[in-house]
Amino acid sequence: MTGVWRSLGGRIGVVLVGLLLLTALVSLFWAPFDPTFIDPRVPWAAPLTGGHLLGTDGSGRDLFSQILVGSRITAFVAATATAMAGVVGVGLAVLAAVPRRAGGLVGQFIDVLVAFPTILTAMILAAVYGGSVWTAVVAIGIGAGVNVARVTRAEMSSVLGTDYVLAGRAAGASTARIVRRHVLPNVAPVLFVQLSLVLALAVLAEAALSYLGYGTPPPTPSWGRMLQELQQFVTVHPLAVIWPGLAITATVLGLSLLGDALREATDPRLRIARTTHAGAHPVPRPEVLP
Amino acid sequence: MTALLEIDELTVRLGDRLVVDRVSLGLDAGDRLGLIGASGSGKSITSLAVLGLLPEGAEVTGSIRLGGTELLGRSDRELSAVRGRRVAMVFQEPRTALDPLMRVGKQIAGPLRRHRGLSRADAAAAAVALAVDVGLPDPERLVRAYPHQLSGGQRQRVGLAIALAGEPELLIADEPTTALDVTVQAEILALLDDLVTRRGTALLFITHDLAVVAQVARRIAVMAAGRIREQGLTEQVLRYPADPATQALLAAARATGFPALTRKRTP
Amino acid sequence: MTAEEPLLAASGLHRRYRLPRARLFGRAGERHALRGVDLELRAGESLGIVGESGSGKSTLVRLLLALDRPDAGTVSYRGRPVVVGPPRSLRWFRREVQVVLQDPFASLDPRLRVGAIVAEPLECLRVPGDHRARVDEVLAAVELESDTRDRYPHEFSGGQRQRIAIARALAPAPRVLVGDEPLSALDVAVRVQVMDLLESLATDLGLALVLVSHDIGVVARLCQSTAVVHHGEIVEHGPTTQVLDDPSHPYTRRLLAAVPELPVWTDQ
Repeated sequence: MTGVWRSLGGRIGVVLVGLLLLTALVSLFWAPFDPTFIDPRVPWAAPLTGGHLLGTDGSGRDLFSQILVGSRITAFVAATATAMAGVVGVGLAVLAAVPRRAGGLVGQFIDVLVAFPTILTAMILAAVYGGSVWTAVVAIGIGAGVNVARVTRAEMSSVLGTDYVLAGRAAGASTARIVRRHVLPNVAPVLFVQLSLVLALAVLAEAALSYLGYGTPPPTPSWGRMLQELQQFVTVHPLAVIWPGLAITATVLGLSLLGDALREATDPRLRIARTTHAGAHPVPRPEVLP
Repeated sequence: MTALLEIDELTVRLGDRLVVDRVSLGLDAGDRLGLIGASGSGKSITSLAVLGLLPEGAEVTGSIRLGGTELLGRSDRELSAVRGRRVAMVFQEPRTALDPLMRVGKQIAGPLRRHRGLSRADAAAAAVALAVDVGLPDPERLVRAYPHQLSGGQRQRVGLAIALAGEPELLIADEPTTALDVTVQAEILALLDDLVTRRGTALLFITHDLAVVAQVARRIAVMAAGRIREQGLTEQVLRYPADPATQALLAAARATGFPALTRKRTP
Repeated sequence: MTAEEPLLAASGLHRRYRLPRARLFGRAGERHALRGVDLELRAGESLGIVGESGSGKSTLVRLLLALDRPDAGTVSYRGRPVVVGPPRSLRWFRREVQVVLQDPFASLDPRLRVGAIVAEPLECLRVPGDHRARVDEVLAAVELESDTRDRYPHEFSGGQRQRIAIARALAPAPRVLVGDEPLSALDVAVRVQVMDLLESLATDLGLALVLVSHDIGVVARLCQSTAVVHHGEIVEHGPTTQVLDDPSHPYTRRLLAAVPELPVWTDQ
């Protein structure tokens, strides 16, 4: 973890993500105004007027409060969707990597699902169940989960081919034990890096879904929907739409930087650790792999 | 005998590790020097230093002169005139030393065009001739093969062909047979001996295997922990080892090597 | 069981592998890794299996360890057939026959502590008794400190990791130890130490040893009998001294002739 702090990107990432979490936390206890409170007296108020830090929108709702409370939705959807993607991803990956023949079929099934855009899945779900926070969560969870499965499956296959798994089988370990004790812990680094990517994408996806109307319905504030609402008036009131856009950008940037820093911190160290072990001659591998 | 390669007080630091410690070696034109040591002794780094192929951030001091010309401190552009043309290298792992996406004939032809200025057609023909020279079976056909279609021994022959294409004065072989089966190793060593003798190329042969180096090199230098412990004529050093590092290597080799009392059968 | 009955026996082992498709239509080629291999190992015997790459020796090891199913032929232990199946059905076999693999950097799970690694066969094979004490016992037998159990594999050198692998194999107190090139990835100096260790363990514990190697020198040192594998067949099998001194098969002769030998001078 200290490796993350070492890079500038990592530091910025940690700060931005920390900011998001802080905002979401604070919003649970306090907001300057009720973000859903429609005040027809102060439509399109300019920033820093009447206690409105960032101004108000066309219905007189405080923009800052909307951003504040909207962060909650963002954080919730991102976290829940990522968790779901993790479960779906690992589950599918295990099914694809472990069984001999059936695994190949599952693998192809995964590849087919990967072709489905997340937005399309969300639209289908919304058409059937109506747009909601959960539509976004499930759609992103499945859409991202399938991609996580693809990468994780490759890593699992690689672990299953190692000598220590072979040694485990020779020691009498059952398949379940091998998956539990050897495969999962060893794919965990790759998995977590993948999930950090998903986190950034989930924020973006939630915003996109809400923007299109398939996500969080009114009156709950959501950055994506704010974008859609305020964008219509950009020619007349250009300042307002910048705030949700900035919030989304900062959050996605922070998560991306953090994910990159995590990758740097975990990957090369493994490589260096392997090569500094002096003493071994390269192992001649059999010419044909069974 | 003219001195071809002169390494003087070469010191290489990688990060905070002293990998090569004041190494001094000399190799005459057409002569064969074996550099022997265990893994991590610094022998490969020494050879990479000659070609200027050290990793980024390596601190190098000392002197490496090829035919009187100083090589250390030269720019990459200046060194590329030397690499392949005057000094060439054969690596240990035949699987990774070749470009997997290029047919081997084309890989041999590359240095032929670059260093001898041959046209594409001439280089292709010369590549086949070189393939014959290195004993590649069915050369006309195998020259069009990709590395993964060849066996380890065949790949190593291709590696030798590529190295010798530019007709270098010095060939550095870094553990060229370690990853090969023992029967293939015998063939490759015989091939190497033949090629180097016929062309009068100087050979720097790096290995951890005493039995192999005894066969190949006229002079040997024993390296341990980045330093040269002893060097001299092969028979001299192996028969009357002065340094404990040499003695340790000899003891280990005799303990795991072929029982000396057993007579070998001719096939 | 009489003294003469073999401990581990293989009869008529065949194994084919399907090659990846070279053409879109038509059948994929096959590779015959093993063509009818017979082998016998007696209690306390040390057998060396020598072969180069592609000889089928790796396949043979997997079949002997029931980690792969033969296309034809049988493997039996003390007369009882060893059938590849679910792990539970092979527990009896795995308690008796254990393996040490080639690459000390790949055969130990980097995420587990040494203690857990060495204890794994004890847990999986439901070996009764105090596992913790047994782990300490085998670590001592391979001449490693007892605090080794709390450390991770990457903290150790190649030779030490191989000792850990040997300790793991010894934990369930097997009667047979199969080594798949256990010394090949080690530095020459370290090789001698581990070789000596294997030798003394085999003697002290009365282990039967099967050593698969491409290095004839190692086999000559450790094994009383030697079998030479070439293209999936055993072309020579007999007492080691005989195989080395008076080989009958041309491949064996070629192999022996190819080994580089360190010259010995009369004044040494």
